[in-house]
Amino acid sequence: MSVIKVKDLIKTYEKGSVVALDKISFEVNKGELFGIIGPDGAGKTTLFRLLTTLLLPDSGEASVEGFNIYKDQTVIRSRVGYMPGKFSLYQDLTVEENLKFFATLFGTTIEENYAIIRDIYDQIKPFSQRRAGKLSGGMKQKLALCCALIHNPQLLFLDEPTTGVDVVSRREFWQMLHQLKSKGITILVSTPYMDEAVRCERIALLQAGKIMKIDSPANIVSAFPDMLYAIATNADGYRILQDTRNSGLVSSAYAFGESIHITLKANNPDSLPELRDLLTTRGHANLEIREIHPSIEDSFMRLMKDTDKIPATQNQQQ
Amino acid sequence: MKEKVIICKQLTKKFGDFTAVDNISFEVEAGEIFGFLGANGAGKTTAMRILCGLSRPSSGEAQVAGFDVYKNTGSIKKHIGYMSQKFSLYENLTVAENIRFFGGIYGVSAREIRDRSAELISKLGLEKESDKLVGSIPLGWKQKLAFSVAIFHQPKLVFLDEPTGGVDPITRRQFWDMISEAAANGITVFVTTHYMDEAEYCNRISVMVDGKVQALDSPANLKKQYDAKDMDDVFYQLARRAKRPAE
Repeated sequence: MSVIKVKDLIKTYEKGSVVALDKISFEVNKGELFGIIGPDGAGKTTLFRLLTTLLLPDSGEASVEGFNIYKDQTVIRSRVGYMPGKFSLYQDLTVEENLKFFATLFGTTIEENYAIIRDIYDQIKPFSQRRAGKLSGGMKQKLALCCALIHNPQLLFLDEPTTGVDVVSRREFWQMLHQLKSKGITILVSTPYMDEAVRCERIALLQAGKIMKIDSPANIVSAFPDMLYAIATNADGYRILQDTRNSGLVSSAYAFGESIHITLKANNPDSLPELRDLLTTRGHANLEIREIHPSIEDSFMRLMKDTDKIPATQNQQQ
Repeated sequence: MKEKVIICKQLTKKFGDFTAVDNISFEVEAGEIFGFLGANGAGKTTAMRILCGLSRPSSGEAQVAGFDVYKNTGSIKKHIGYMSQKFSLYENLTVAENIRFFGGIYGVSAREIRDRSAELISKLGLEKESDKLVGSIPLGWKQKLAFSVAIFHQPKLVFLDEPTGGVDPITRRQFWDMISEAAANGITVFVTTHYMDEAEYCNRISVMVDGKVQALDSPANLKKQYDAKDMDDVFYQLARRAKRPAE
Protein backbone atom coordinates (compact mmCIF):
# COMPACT_ATOMS: atom_id res chain seq x y z
CA MET A 1 0.00 0.00 0.00
CA SER A 2 1.26 3.46 -0.84
CA VAL A 3 1.18 6.02 1.93
CA ILE A 4 2.49 8.77 -0.29
CA LYS A 5 1.43 9.09 -3.91
CA VAL A 6 2.82 11.83 -6.10
CA LYS A 7 1.92 12.26 -9.74
CA ASP A 8 3.21 14.85 -12.20
CA LEU A 9 3.78 17.38 -9.47
CA ILE A 10 4.93 20.79 -10.67
CA LYS A 11 5.89 23.76 -8.53
CA THR A 12 7.33 27.00 -9.82
CA TYR A 13 8.29 30.26 -8.14
CA GLU A 14 8.71 33.82 -9.41
CA LYS A 15 5.71 33.62 -11.75
CA GLY A 16 6.90 30.44 -13.35
CA SER A 17 10.43 31.55 -14.10
CA VAL A 18 11.99 29.28 -11.47
CA VAL A 19 10.99 25.64 -11.77
CA ALA A 20 11.50 24.00 -8.39
CA LEU A 21 9.82 20.68 -9.18
CA ASP A 22 9.44 19.62 -12.75
CA LYS A 23 6.65 17.06 -13.04
CA ILE A 24 7.79 14.49 -10.56
CA SER A 25 6.07 11.23 -9.69
CA PHE A 26 6.81 8.58 -7.06
CA GLU A 27 5.14 6.46 -4.40
CA VAL A 28 6.23 5.48 -0.93
CA ASN A 29 5.05 2.18 0.57
CA LYS A 30 3.81 1.73 4.08
CA GLY A 31 6.64 1.16 6.52
CA GLU A 32 9.29 2.14 4.00
CA LEU A 33 12.39 4.25 4.66
CA PHE A 34 12.49 6.31 1.48
CA GLY A 35 15.25 8.81 0.71
CA ILE A 36 15.22 11.90 -1.47
CA ILE A 37 18.85 12.38 -2.45
CA GLY A 38 19.99 15.60 -4.05
CA PRO A 39 22.11 18.73 -3.64
CA ASP A 40 20.90 22.16 -2.51
CA GLY A 41 18.48 23.62 -4.98
CA ALA A 42 17.34 20.23 -6.31
CA GLY A 43 13.82 20.80 -4.95
CA LYS A 44 13.88 18.68 -1.79
CA THR A 45 12.43 21.26 0.59
CA THR A 46 9.75 22.32 -1.89
CA LEU A 47 8.65 18.70 -2.14
CA PHE A 48 8.43 18.38 1.65
CA ARG A 49 6.44 21.60 1.93
CA LEU A 50 3.99 20.44 -0.70
CA LEU A 51 3.46 17.08 0.97
CA THR A 52 3.00 18.64 4.41
CA THR A 53 0.49 21.11 2.85
CA LEU A 54 2.55 24.22 3.59
CA LEU A 55 2.61 25.09 -0.10
CA LEU A 56 0.29 24.40 -2.99
CA PRO A 57 1.62 22.97 -6.24
CA ASP A 58 1.05 24.59 -9.65
CA SER A 59 -0.35 21.32 -10.95
CA GLY A 60 -0.23 17.59 -10.46
CA GLU A 61 -1.64 15.35 -7.79
CA ALA A 62 -0.47 14.09 -4.45
CA SER A 63 -1.97 12.24 -1.55
CA VAL A 64 -0.64 11.51 1.92
CA GLU A 65 -2.13 8.55 3.80
CA GLY A 66 -4.93 8.71 1.28
CA PHE A 67 -5.68 12.38 1.89
CA ASN A 68 -5.52 14.96 -0.85
CA ILE A 69 -2.96 17.75 -0.45
CA TYR A 70 -5.32 20.33 -2.02
CA LYS A 71 -8.40 19.53 0.05
CA ASP A 72 -7.47 17.71 3.20
CA GLN A 73 -4.84 19.99 4.64
CA THR A 74 -5.88 19.95 8.27
CA VAL A 75 -6.23 16.17 8.33
CA ILE A 76 -2.78 15.69 6.81
CA ARG A 77 -1.19 18.16 9.23
CA SER A 78 -2.66 16.40 12.25
CA ARG A 79 -1.49 12.98 11.12
CA VAL A 80 2.10 13.43 9.95
CA GLY A 81 5.28 14.32 11.79
CA TYR A 82 7.46 16.95 10.10
CA MET A 83 10.98 18.01 10.90
CA PRO A 84 11.93 20.98 8.72
CA GLY A 85 15.49 21.45 7.52
CA LYS A 86 15.86 24.68 9.44
CA PHE A 87 15.73 24.30 13.23
CA SER A 88 12.24 25.56 14.00
CA LEU A 89 11.70 24.98 17.70
CA TYR A 90 11.40 27.79 20.22
CA GLN A 91 14.97 28.70 21.13
CA ASP A 92 13.95 30.40 24.38
CA LEU A 93 11.81 27.53 25.65
CA THR A 94 13.52 24.65 27.43
CA VAL A 95 13.79 21.19 25.98
CA GLU A 96 10.88 19.99 28.08
CA GLU A 97 8.74 23.06 27.35
CA ASN A 98 9.17 22.60 23.61
CA LEU A 99 8.13 18.99 23.82
CA LYS A 100 5.13 19.83 26.00
CA PHE A 101 4.13 22.61 23.62
CA PHE A 102 4.06 20.27 20.63
CA ALA A 103 2.19 17.60 22.57
CA THR A 104 -0.45 20.16 23.54
CA LEU A 105 -0.79 21.42 19.96
CA PHE A 106 -1.65 17.93 18.85
CA GLY A 107 -4.04 17.34 21.76
CA THR A 108 -1.89 14.85 23.58
CA THR A 109 0.58 14.67 26.48
CA ILE A 110 4.20 13.65 26.82
CA GLU A 111 3.15 10.83 29.15
CA GLU A 112 0.65 9.35 26.72
CA ASN A 113 3.20 8.84 23.95
CA TYR A 114 6.37 8.60 25.96
CA ALA A 115 7.06 5.06 24.78
CA ILE A 116 7.54 6.31 21.20
CA ILE A 117 10.18 8.88 22.02
CA ARG A 118 11.82 7.22 25.03
CA ASP A 119 14.94 5.91 23.28
CA ILE A 120 15.67 9.29 21.73
CA TYR A 121 14.49 11.50 24.59
CA ASP A 122 16.57 9.64 27.15
CA GLN A 123 19.67 10.97 25.38
CA ILE A 124 18.67 14.60 25.88
CA LYS A 125 16.83 14.21 29.19
CA PRO A 126 19.84 15.38 31.23
CA PHE A 127 19.37 18.74 29.46
CA SER A 128 15.57 18.91 29.78
CA GLN A 129 15.77 22.26 31.61
CA ARG A 130 18.18 23.80 29.09
CA ARG A 131 16.89 26.28 26.53
CA ALA A 132 16.66 24.78 23.06
CA GLY A 133 18.81 27.59 21.66
CA LYS A 134 21.68 26.49 23.89
CA LEU A 135 21.79 22.92 22.64
CA SER A 136 24.42 21.46 20.32
CA GLY A 137 23.54 20.61 16.73
CA GLY A 138 23.19 16.92 17.50
CA MET A 139 20.97 17.52 20.52
CA LYS A 140 18.77 20.03 18.68
CA GLN A 141 18.25 17.43 16.04
CA LYS A 142 17.17 14.83 18.62
CA LEU A 143 14.77 17.28 20.27
CA ALA A 144 13.26 18.21 16.91
CA LEU A 145 12.74 14.54 16.16
CA CYS A 146 11.01 14.02 19.52
CA CYS A 147 8.72 16.98 18.84
CA ALA A 148 7.87 15.58 15.42
CA LEU A 149 7.02 12.22 17.01
CA ILE A 150 5.14 13.26 20.13
CA HIS A 151 1.67 12.83 18.59
CA ASN A 152 2.50 9.29 17.48
CA PRO A 153 2.40 9.83 13.69
CA GLN A 154 2.62 6.85 11.35
CA LEU A 155 4.41 8.92 8.73
CA LEU A 156 7.47 11.09 9.25
CA PHE A 157 8.83 13.81 6.96
CA LEU A 158 12.45 14.63 7.74
CA ASP A 159 13.94 17.37 5.60
CA GLU A 160 17.74 17.21 5.68
CA PRO A 161 17.98 16.11 9.31
CA THR A 162 21.74 15.50 9.06
CA THR A 163 22.92 18.58 7.17
CA GLY A 164 25.74 20.38 8.94
CA VAL A 165 25.89 17.67 11.60
CA ASP A 166 29.17 15.88 12.20
CA VAL A 167 29.90 12.27 11.30
CA VAL A 168 29.31 10.89 14.79
CA SER A 169 25.88 12.49 15.22
CA ARG A 170 24.94 11.54 11.66
CA ARG A 171 25.56 7.86 12.34
CA GLU A 172 23.57 8.03 15.57
CA PHE A 173 20.70 9.70 13.78
CA TRP A 174 20.45 6.98 11.15
CA GLN A 175 20.42 4.36 13.88
CA MET A 176 17.43 6.17 15.41
CA LEU A 177 15.65 6.20 12.07
CA HIS A 178 16.09 2.46 11.72
CA GLN A 179 14.63 1.97 15.18
CA LEU A 180 11.60 4.06 14.22
CA LYS A 181 11.22 2.12 11.03
CA SER A 182 11.20 -1.13 13.00
CA LYS A 183 8.17 0.24 14.86
CA GLY A 184 6.33 0.44 11.55
CA ILE A 185 6.65 4.17 10.94
CA THR A 186 6.99 5.24 7.30
CA ILE A 187 9.81 7.71 6.80
CA LEU A 188 10.48 10.11 3.95
CA VAL A 189 13.90 11.64 4.51
CA SER A 190 16.03 13.95 2.37
CA THR A 191 19.78 14.40 2.37
CA PRO A 192 22.50 15.99 0.26
CA TYR A 193 25.00 13.36 1.50
CA MET A 194 25.26 10.64 -1.11
CA ASP A 195 26.83 8.20 1.35
CA GLU A 196 23.61 8.23 3.37
CA ALA A 197 21.59 6.93 0.44
CA VAL A 198 22.57 3.32 1.17
CA ARG A 199 20.83 3.55 4.52
CA CYS A 200 17.45 3.87 2.79
CA GLU A 201 15.40 1.05 1.30
CA ARG A 202 14.57 3.01 -1.81
CA ILE A 203 15.76 6.37 -3.00
CA ALA A 204 14.86 8.99 -5.55
CA LEU A 205 17.81 10.88 -7.03
CA LEU A 206 16.67 14.48 -7.42
CA GLN A 207 18.56 17.04 -9.49
CA ALA A 208 17.35 20.41 -10.76
CA GLY A 209 13.71 19.62 -9.97
CA LYS A 210 13.70 16.28 -11.78
CA ILE A 211 13.85 12.75 -10.47
CA MET A 212 16.67 11.10 -12.37
CA LYS A 213 16.03 7.64 -10.94
CA ILE A 214 13.98 5.76 -8.32
CA ASP A 215 15.08 2.37 -7.05
CA SER A 216 16.86 0.58 -4.22
CA PRO A 217 20.45 1.78 -3.75
CA ALA A 218 21.71 -1.67 -4.77
CA ASN A 219 19.76 -1.62 -8.03
CA ILE A 220 20.86 1.92 -8.82
CA VAL A 221 24.54 1.13 -8.55
CA SER A 222 24.19 -2.17 -10.41
CA ALA A 223 22.59 -0.27 -13.30
CA PHE A 224 25.80 1.76 -13.77
CA PRO A 225 26.39 1.24 -17.48
CA ASP A 226 30.18 1.12 -17.79
CA MET A 227 33.11 -0.57 -16.16
CA LEU A 228 34.45 1.64 -13.42
CA TYR A 229 38.09 1.73 -12.35
CA ALA A 230 39.88 3.33 -9.45
CA ILE A 231 43.39 4.72 -9.75
CA ALA A 232 45.00 4.95 -6.34
CA THR A 233 46.72 8.29 -5.86
CA ASN A 234 49.15 9.13 -3.18
CA ALA A 235 50.11 12.68 -2.45
CA ASP A 236 49.84 13.80 -6.06
CA GLY A 237 46.14 13.35 -6.78
CA TYR A 238 45.58 16.63 -8.59
CA ARG A 239 48.37 16.05 -11.15
CA ILE A 240 47.32 12.46 -11.81
CA LEU A 241 43.75 13.65 -12.28
CA GLN A 242 44.87 16.29 -14.81
CA ASP A 243 47.06 13.82 -16.69
CA THR A 244 44.28 11.22 -16.75
CA ARG A 245 41.78 13.70 -18.14
CA ASN A 246 44.23 14.91 -20.73
CA SER A 247 45.07 11.36 -21.83
CA GLY A 248 42.20 11.28 -24.32
CA LEU A 249 41.44 7.73 -23.17
CA VAL A 250 38.81 8.33 -20.50
CA SER A 251 35.21 9.45 -20.79
CA SER A 252 35.03 10.48 -17.15
CA ALA A 253 37.55 11.02 -14.38
CA TYR A 254 36.57 12.21 -10.92
CA ALA A 255 38.47 12.49 -7.69
CA PHE A 256 37.12 10.23 -4.95
CA GLY A 257 39.13 10.79 -1.83
CA GLU A 258 42.43 9.02 -2.23
CA SER A 259 41.60 7.60 -5.64
CA ILE A 260 40.34 8.69 -9.04
CA HIS A 261 37.33 6.94 -10.54
CA ILE A 262 37.40 6.61 -14.31
CA THR A 263 35.37 5.16 -17.12
CA LEU A 264 37.11 4.49 -20.41
CA LYS A 265 36.12 5.81 -23.80
CA ALA A 266 33.74 3.39 -25.52
CA ASN A 267 33.95 1.39 -22.30
CA ASN A 268 36.97 -0.33 -23.86
CA PRO A 269 39.10 -2.19 -21.28
CA ASP A 270 41.93 -2.58 -23.83
CA SER A 271 42.87 1.05 -23.40
CA LEU A 272 43.68 0.51 -19.74
CA PRO A 273 47.31 -0.61 -20.32
CA GLU A 274 47.72 2.35 -22.66
CA LEU A 275 46.53 4.71 -19.94
CA ARG A 276 48.89 3.13 -17.46
CA ASP A 277 51.86 3.55 -19.86
CA LEU A 278 50.93 7.12 -20.57
CA LEU A 279 50.67 7.97 -16.89
CA THR A 280 53.99 6.23 -16.26
CA THR A 281 55.71 8.38 -18.88
CA ARG A 282 54.22 11.36 -17.05
CA GLY A 283 56.08 10.28 -13.94
CA HIS A 284 53.37 8.39 -12.11
CA ALA A 285 55.08 5.05 -11.62
CA ASN A 286 53.60 1.86 -10.18
CA LEU A 287 50.04 3.07 -10.23
CA GLU A 288 47.50 0.72 -8.77
CA ILE A 289 44.47 0.57 -11.07
CA ARG A 290 41.62 -1.83 -10.34
CA GLU A 291 38.02 -2.40 -11.30
CA ILE A 292 35.56 -1.32 -8.64
CA HIS A 293 31.84 -1.31 -7.88
CA PRO A 294 30.28 2.11 -8.29
CA SER A 295 28.85 4.03 -5.33
CA ILE A 296 25.64 6.05 -5.31
CA GLU A 297 27.77 9.13 -5.88
CA ASP A 298 29.26 7.59 -9.04
CA SER A 299 25.75 6.79 -10.24
CA PHE A 300 24.47 10.25 -9.35
CA MET A 301 27.20 11.97 -11.33
CA ARG A 302 26.72 9.63 -14.25
CA LEU A 303 23.01 10.38 -14.33
CA MET A 304 23.73 14.10 -14.06
CA LYS A 305 25.95 13.86 -17.12
CA ASP A 306 23.29 11.92 -19.01
CA THR A 307 20.65 14.53 -18.19
CA ASP A 308 21.04 17.62 -20.30
CA LYS A 309 20.09 20.14 -17.67
CA ILE A 310 23.32 20.42 -15.79
CA PRO A 311 24.70 23.85 -15.18
CA ALA A 312 27.57 22.24 -13.31
CA THR A 313 29.45 20.66 -16.18
CA GLN A 314 29.75 23.66 -18.44
CA ASN A 315 33.16 24.66 -17.31
CA GLN A 316 34.54 21.25 -16.62
CA GLN A 317 37.92 21.93 -18.15
CA GLN A 318 39.71 25.05 -19.22
CA MET B 1 62.70 25.57 4.57
CA LYS B 2 59.34 26.70 3.32
CA GLU B 3 57.77 29.88 4.55
CA LYS B 4 55.24 29.45 7.35
CA VAL B 5 51.99 31.21 6.60
CA ILE B 6 50.32 30.31 9.88
CA ILE B 7 52.17 29.84 13.14
CA CYS B 8 50.13 28.96 16.22
CA LYS B 9 51.68 28.45 19.63
CA GLN B 10 49.61 27.40 22.63
CA LEU B 11 46.70 29.40 21.35
CA THR B 12 43.82 29.50 23.82
CA LYS B 13 40.44 31.18 23.87
CA LYS B 14 38.19 31.18 26.90
CA PHE B 15 34.63 32.39 27.19
CA GLY B 16 34.10 32.74 30.96
CA ASP B 17 35.04 29.39 32.40
CA PHE B 18 34.58 27.60 29.07
CA THR B 19 37.78 26.92 27.11
CA ALA B 20 36.68 26.89 23.48
CA VAL B 21 40.20 26.61 22.08
CA ASP B 22 42.56 24.82 24.41
CA ASN B 23 46.27 25.36 23.93
CA ILE B 24 46.58 24.52 20.24
CA SER B 25 49.85 24.65 18.32
CA PHE B 26 50.45 24.04 14.64
CA GLU B 27 52.08 25.53 11.56
CA VAL B 28 50.90 25.79 7.97
CA GLU B 29 53.41 26.11 5.11
CA ALA B 30 53.07 28.25 2.02
CA GLY B 31 51.20 26.49 -0.78
CA GLU B 32 49.79 23.84 1.49
CA ILE B 33 46.16 22.68 1.51
CA PHE B 34 45.46 22.36 5.20
CA GLY B 35 42.27 20.63 6.29
CA PHE B 36 40.88 21.84 9.60
CA LEU B 37 38.45 19.24 10.84
CA GLY B 38 36.49 18.74 14.01
CA ALA B 39 33.11 17.71 15.31
CA ASN B 40 30.39 20.34 15.87
CA GLY B 41 31.43 22.44 18.82
CA ALA B 42 35.04 21.24 18.87
CA GLY B 43 36.28 24.83 18.61
CA LYS B 44 36.99 25.11 14.87
CA THR B 45 35.00 28.27 14.26
CA THR B 46 36.50 30.04 17.27
CA ALA B 47 40.03 29.12 16.17
CA MET B 48 39.32 30.24 12.64
CA ARG B 49 37.92 33.57 13.82
CA ILE B 50 41.13 34.23 15.74
CA LEU B 51 43.26 33.40 12.71
CA CYS B 52 41.17 35.74 10.55
CA GLY B 53 41.76 38.58 13.00
CA LEU B 54 38.13 38.67 14.14
CA SER B 55 38.57 37.48 17.69
CA ARG B 56 41.30 38.10 20.25
CA PRO B 57 42.82 35.03 21.87
CA SER B 58 42.94 34.72 25.67
CA SER B 59 46.55 33.55 25.59
CA GLY B 60 49.18 32.01 23.36
CA GLU B 61 50.67 33.33 20.14
CA ALA B 62 49.75 33.27 16.50
CA GLN B 63 50.99 34.83 13.29
CA VAL B 64 49.02 34.80 10.08
CA ALA B 65 50.72 35.83 6.84
CA GLY B 66 53.45 37.25 9.04
CA PHE B 67 51.12 39.39 11.15
CA ASP B 68 50.35 39.11 14.82
CA VAL B 69 46.78 38.17 15.82
CA TYR B 70 46.87 40.59 18.77
CA LYS B 71 48.41 43.63 17.16
CA ASN B 72 47.96 43.47 13.40
CA THR B 73 44.42 42.26 12.82
CA GLY B 74 43.89 44.95 10.18
CA SER B 75 46.85 43.70 8.15
CA ILE B 76 45.73 40.10 8.53
CA LYS B 77 42.35 40.92 7.04
CA LYS B 78 44.00 42.62 4.08
CA HIS B 79 46.29 39.71 3.34
CA ILE B 80 43.86 36.83 3.52
CA GLY B 81 40.85 35.72 1.53
CA TYR B 82 37.76 34.28 3.15
CA MET B 83 34.74 32.42 1.95
CA SER B 84 32.07 30.36 3.65
CA GLN B 85 28.96 28.56 2.59
CA LYS B 86 26.84 31.12 4.39
CA PHE B 87 28.44 34.40 3.48
CA SER B 88 29.85 34.71 0.05
CA LEU B 89 28.62 37.31 -2.39
CA TYR B 90 25.95 39.99 -2.66
CA GLU B 91 22.95 38.35 -4.25
CA ASN B 92 21.49 41.61 -5.50
CA LEU B 93 24.63 42.70 -7.29
CA THR B 94 25.58 41.24 -10.65
CA VAL B 95 28.49 38.88 -11.20
CA ALA B 96 30.66 41.71 -12.58
CA GLU B 97 29.62 44.11 -9.81
CA ASN B 98 30.55 41.61 -7.11
CA ILE B 99 34.01 41.19 -8.57
CA ARG B 100 34.45 44.97 -8.81
CA PHE B 101 33.13 45.51 -5.30
CA PHE B 102 35.29 42.94 -3.56
CA GLY B 103 38.32 43.77 -5.70
CA GLY B 104 37.88 47.42 -4.69
CA ILE B 105 37.51 46.60 -1.00
CA TYR B 106 40.77 44.69 -1.08
CA GLY B 107 42.53 47.57 -2.79
CA VAL B 108 42.99 46.13 -6.26
CA SER B 109 43.41 49.01 -8.73
CA ALA B 110 40.51 49.90 -11.05
CA ARG B 111 42.57 49.03 -14.13
CA GLU B 112 43.58 45.68 -12.74
CA ILE B 113 40.00 44.89 -11.74
CA ARG B 114 38.86 45.67 -15.26
CA ASP B 115 41.49 43.53 -16.94
CA ARG B 116 41.38 40.62 -14.58
CA SER B 117 37.63 40.44 -14.10
CA ALA B 118 37.12 39.89 -17.83
CA GLU B 119 39.72 37.16 -17.67
CA LEU B 120 38.09 35.59 -14.62
CA ILE B 121 34.58 35.69 -16.09
CA SER B 122 35.75 33.97 -19.23
CA LYS B 123 37.73 31.40 -17.26
CA LEU B 124 34.62 30.55 -15.26
CA GLY B 125 32.54 30.42 -18.43
CA LEU B 126 30.22 33.09 -17.06
CA GLU B 127 30.30 35.48 -20.04
CA LYS B 128 26.53 35.28 -20.51
CA GLU B 129 25.89 35.68 -16.81
CA SER B 130 28.21 38.58 -16.13
CA ASP B 131 25.33 41.08 -15.99
CA LYS B 132 22.96 38.79 -14.12
CA LEU B 133 22.28 39.11 -10.42
CA VAL B 134 24.29 36.64 -8.39
CA GLY B 135 21.05 35.59 -6.66
CA SER B 136 19.79 34.18 -9.93
CA ILE B 137 22.70 31.90 -10.83
CA PRO B 138 22.90 28.26 -9.65
CA LEU B 139 24.50 27.52 -6.29
CA GLY B 140 27.40 25.65 -7.86
CA TRP B 141 28.43 28.64 -9.96
CA LYS B 142 27.93 30.95 -7.04
CA GLN B 143 30.38 28.97 -4.92
CA LYS B 144 32.98 28.84 -7.69
CA LEU B 145 32.58 32.56 -8.27
CA ALA B 146 32.78 33.24 -4.52
CA PHE B 147 36.05 31.34 -4.33
CA SER B 148 37.50 33.24 -7.30
CA VAL B 149 36.44 36.51 -5.69
CA ALA B 150 38.00 35.48 -2.37
CA ILE B 151 41.39 35.08 -4.08
CA PHE B 152 41.00 37.92 -6.57
CA HIS B 153 43.40 40.13 -4.60
CA GLN B 154 45.95 37.28 -4.71
CA PRO B 155 46.22 36.74 -0.97
CA LYS B 156 48.88 34.53 0.54
CA LEU B 157 46.25 32.55 2.32
CA VAL B 158 42.58 31.80 1.89
CA PHE B 159 40.19 30.51 4.56
CA LEU B 160 37.36 28.33 3.28
CA ASP B 161 34.67 27.45 5.81
CA GLU B 162 32.64 24.50 4.52
CA PRO B 163 32.78 25.82 0.96
CA THR B 164 31.07 22.81 -0.61
CA GLY B 165 28.20 22.16 1.80
CA GLY B 166 25.12 21.00 -0.10
CA VAL B 167 26.79 21.42 -3.49
CA ASP B 168 26.17 18.70 -6.12
CA PRO B 169 28.89 16.05 -6.52
CA ILE B 170 30.20 17.23 -9.88
CA THR B 171 30.45 20.87 -8.82
CA ARG B 172 32.02 19.81 -5.54
CA ARG B 173 34.85 18.21 -7.51
CA GLN B 174 35.22 21.17 -9.85
CA PHE B 175 35.50 23.30 -6.77
CA TRP B 176 38.34 21.15 -5.47
CA ASP B 177 40.06 21.41 -8.87
CA MET B 178 40.03 25.17 -8.33
CA ILE B 179 41.43 24.78 -4.83
CA SER B 180 44.23 22.54 -6.09
CA GLU B 181 45.01 24.98 -8.88
CA ALA B 182 45.17 27.90 -6.43
CA ALA B 183 47.48 25.90 -4.18
CA ALA B 184 49.68 24.98 -7.15
CA ASN B 185 49.93 28.74 -7.80
CA GLY B 186 51.23 29.27 -4.29
CA ILE B 187 48.10 30.27 -2.40
CA THR B 188 47.85 28.52 0.94
CA VAL B 189 44.44 27.00 1.57
CA PHE B 190 42.95 26.54 5.03
CA VAL B 191 39.71 24.62 4.67
CA THR B 192 36.99 23.01 6.77
CA THR B 193 34.59 20.39 5.47
CA HIS B 194 32.09 17.77 6.57
CA TYR B 195 32.86 15.61 3.53
CA MET B 196 35.53 13.17 4.56
CA ASP B 197 36.48 12.29 0.98
CA GLU B 198 37.54 15.94 0.64
CA ALA B 199 39.84 15.55 3.60
CA GLU B 200 41.89 13.23 1.35
CA TYR B 201 42.63 16.13 -1.02
CA CYS B 202 44.45 18.02 1.71
CA ASN B 203 48.20 17.82 2.20
CA ARG B 204 47.74 17.73 5.93
CA ILE B 205 44.78 17.45 8.27
CA SER B 206 44.21 18.52 11.82
CA VAL B 207 41.33 17.10 13.83
CA MET B 208 40.03 19.11 16.78
CA VAL B 209 38.26 17.42 19.67
CA ASP B 210 37.08 19.32 22.76
CA GLY B 211 39.12 22.41 21.91
CA LYS B 212 42.39 20.55 21.36
CA VAL B 213 44.17 19.44 18.21
CA GLN B 214 44.04 15.68 18.72
CA ALA B 215 45.62 14.61 15.46
CA LEU B 216 47.72 16.35 12.85
CA ASP B 217 49.34 14.67 9.87
CA SER B 218 48.91 13.78 6.21
CA PRO B 219 45.76 11.75 5.42
CA ALA B 220 47.91 8.71 4.58
CA ASN B 221 49.76 8.83 7.90
CA LEU B 222 46.57 9.37 9.87
CA LYS B 223 44.96 6.36 8.28
CA LYS B 224 48.02 4.30 9.14
CA GLN B 225 48.17 5.59 12.67
CA TYR B 226 44.49 4.83 13.39
CA ASP B 227 44.43 1.65 11.33
CA ALA B 228 41.50 3.14 9.42
CA LYS B 229 40.26 2.38 5.92
CA ASP B 230 39.43 5.99 5.18
CA MET B 231 39.33 9.47 6.71
CA ASP B 232 35.72 9.00 7.72
CA ASP B 233 36.87 6.21 10.00
CA VAL B 234 39.77 8.27 11.39
CA PHE B 235 37.40 11.13 12.13
CA TYR B 236 34.84 8.86 13.72
CA GLN B 237 37.41 7.26 16.01
CA LEU B 238 38.63 10.68 17.15
CA ALA B 239 35.33 12.54 17.41
CA ARG B 240 33.64 9.70 19.27
CA ARG B 241 35.95 10.41 22.19
CA ALA B 242 34.60 13.95 22.57
CA LYS B 243 33.41 14.56 26.10
CA ARG B 244 32.00 18.02 26.06
CA PRO B 245 28.59 18.79 24.61
CA ALA B 246 28.93 20.74 21.40
CA GLU B 247 28.52 24.55 21.21
